[in-house]
Amino acid sequence: MSESENPLRDAISEAIRDNDVILFMKGVPEAPACGFSARAAAALQSLNVGFAAVDILPDPRIRQELTALSDWPTIPQLFVKGELVGGSDIIMEMYESGELASTLGVDAPAEAPSDAPAGADPSPAPLGIENRLG
Amino acid sequence: MPTAEDIKQRIEQAIPDSHVDVEDWTGGGDHFRATIVSPAFSGKSRIEQHRMVYAVFGAEIGGPIHALSLTTKAE
Repeated sequence: MSESENPLRDAISEAIRDNDVILFMKGVPEAPACGFSARAAAALQSLNVGFAAVDILPDPRIRQELTALSDWPTIPQLFVKGELVGGSDIIMEMYESGELASTLGVDAPAEAPSDAPAGADPSPAPLGIENRLG
Repeated sequence: MPTAEDIKQRIEQAIPDSHVDVEDWTGGGDHFRATIVSPAFSGKSRIEQHRMVYAVFGAEIGGPIHALSLTTKAE
């Protein structure tokens, strides 16, 4: 058993264990507080994967404990199924090569709209924009 | 405040046979971008490669060096 002297570290490990895709970032996906975090969050959003996001800014101990756990000094940090995938450089490299999509088990964004997979009905757009130009 | 040249030299000293390019990304002396090519990276995952470079700077990353963006390649 781990010595449970560190509830914050335990909470972080638990969050990593309980969320298949979790991004530790500065700010929140809707309002990132750093360009590196912004790019990482935008890459995940563009792949349409659900992910948990943890803002590390409210308490400096979050970053301390996270870095101690992951042995990774910078923010953001992306974990998939409990494993550290990388920081923003690796996330962006993998995003561009299509590797991020395959790690996440989703289709890479199509370069050109080719034949959409049947049955994969996209969820309705949040804004009901109709094309009336017909 | 480290300069791009300081960072380049420290990486070159720490990582065997490395070729290092460092640029000061913002001109502000705290956001750097480095490309490092070294045979020491071969057989290592990208995570391990980046950890090797970050280890050169320890707690300076996130401190005086706000950001060090990395591209690593084995030769």
